[in-house]
Amino acid sequence: MASAIGSGAADWVLDDLETDEMVLNMGPQHPSTHGVLRIELKTDGEVVKAARPHIGYLHRCFEKHAESVDYPGVIPYTDRMDYVASMGNSLGYALAVEKLLGIETSPYVSTIRVIMAELQRIASHCVAVGTYGMDIGAFTPFLHLLRDREKILDLFEWTCGARLLYNYNWVGGVSHDVPEGFVKACRQFLREYDAITIPELMDLLIGNKIFIKRTAGVGVLPVDLAISYDLTGPNLRGSGLPRDLRKDHPYCGYDRFEFAVPVGKGEHGPVGSCFDRNWVRCIEMAESSKIIHQALDLLEKTERADVHEKVPKRVKPAKGEVYARSEAPRGQLGYYVVADGTGVNPYRVKVKSPCFTAMSVFHVLAKGMMIADIIALIGSLDVVLGEIDR
Amino acid sequence: MDAKAIHERLVTRFGDRVTGVNLEVASPFAVVAEDAIVEVAGFCKSDPALAFDNLMCLSAVDYPKEAPPRMEVVYHLLSYRHDHTFALKVHLPRENPTVPTLEGIWGVANWHEREAYDMFGIVFTGHSDPRRILLPDDWIGHPLRKDWQDPDFYNGMHVKPTAQMAERAMGGEKIGVGPFDFTPPNRHVAE
Repeated sequence: MASAIGSGAADWVLDDLETDEMVLNMGPQHPSTHGVLRIELKTDGEVVKAARPHIGYLHRCFEKHAESVDYPGVIPYTDRMDYVASMGNSLGYALAVEKLLGIETSPYVSTIRVIMAELQRIASHCVAVGTYGMDIGAFTPFLHLLRDREKILDLFEWTCGARLLYNYNWVGGVSHDVPEGFVKACRQFLREYDAITIPELMDLLIGNKIFIKRTAGVGVLPVDLAISYDLTGPNLRGSGLPRDLRKDHPYCGYDRFEFAVPVGKGEHGPVGSCFDRNWVRCIEMAESSKIIHQALDLLEKTERADVHEKVPKRVKPAKGEVYARSEAPRGQLGYYVVADGTGVNPYRVKVKSPCFTAMSVFHVLAKGMMIADIIALIGSLDVVLGEIDR
Repeated sequence: MDAKAIHERLVTRFGDRVTGVNLEVASPFAVVAEDAIVEVAGFCKSDPALAFDNLMCLSAVDYPKEAPPRMEVVYHLLSYRHDHTFALKVHLPRENPTVPTLEGIWGVANWHEREAYDMFGIVFTGHSDPRRILLPDDWIGHPLRKDWQDPDFYNGMHVKPTAQMAERAMGGEKIGVGPFDFTPPNRHVAE
């Protein structure tokens, strides 16, 4: 890959290096790049003059595979894109195909989907915030958060048998109804989570003076840059724009629930810093808990329905195309699905991954930073390489 | 604005440069002449009534069986100010598809266009960094084209057993070296 250094890249080539400058190769095995991400850094001492990310180490031909299996067969592949938040991926795909077919799921199924998606959001943010703390030197919060993630994975395992890659959201339904006693167990988990984990997290990490000093003012992302580079989710909200698909264009009946959309306020420095992005994630974890509480209440009141009722025997949409968005834990996940009306396979599936676009702004933000702050920046964007490379 | 109004606004401004429209599908789109895409996209972003400040997605699709055979580049736009969406399409020939880059209008187009080049071989003229993005730099061909065939070799390594090789291997003949040994049972498993 050494030849890649000089292969017509935009900002710089190896021959341009000044005497004081050095090219530093970060990754693909670096533990803080959250997967197999390689970054070339042009450095002058400790200061990064230019950065060039290289992705594709985890490319598994998702879009090519999707063309060779039928519509429901794509769902296990979607799980493997963002493997930290699989529920969100398959939900987005199921919604896209349902839109293409004109299916509307029953309120019971929608409520289950909301519960699972929000549990997954908590689990995903646990990993995001936990590993972020670990990246910049706070080891303890990671253990506390992984403890809670484990409990969520247990709930998932109980429901559908899998801990990470669920194949749970089907086109028109979900694979399994929630088991007997799920609501009670989920409430029990949330009680502990609300009473212990959230205050603990706020005390240990977010309110920690060292953490604040380390992150506030680092990696500031102005809101216009965020929009131009299509950053979404907590990254966009961290920059101060309160946009959330669950509020703006509610799907799965999110409009039935009360919750707030936190935005970065810049309490300890400029708005849009690494601190704000992580603060937004932490508040979102608390908000997700509120949604689940309401959804569990609703689930108890809703009449139990067959979760496979609307699942079509054969998915064969008419000729058409759809671009469907959903709010995955890492931002807006978009599926562009084209149906040609003849076969049972999708003609084309394109995924707009929120991590892909978050990584594309990296070279702009990295310019002029210290090398140690690059670690803080990557973690705060919360990228999962499985989703970038697909 | 709904999709119909957006389309009308584009037609009044650009006339016959907007060559087609489909408002029936779930995500309505307008087809734009390829040499006008920079102008149209710039107008979509700067016009206060449209204000498409965000490019949600840029995809390419290959249609070898349509008449005439074509490639499409699809731009899904979103306006944060007005909260409306629309899509623009450009039709390109399948031989040497070329379209101007939009990275000057939306920054995110840079990586999306690299991916479209990587997977479909669409050349975006004026692109600042026209390299492959997901596949290795020495990869040959563009795999998401519908006429793509898997190669037998990559850098001199057999990556796909041919039917004859499989047959010979099933007959017990030792074929290939190293990890690309197809002889059953695999010689690298300790006996």
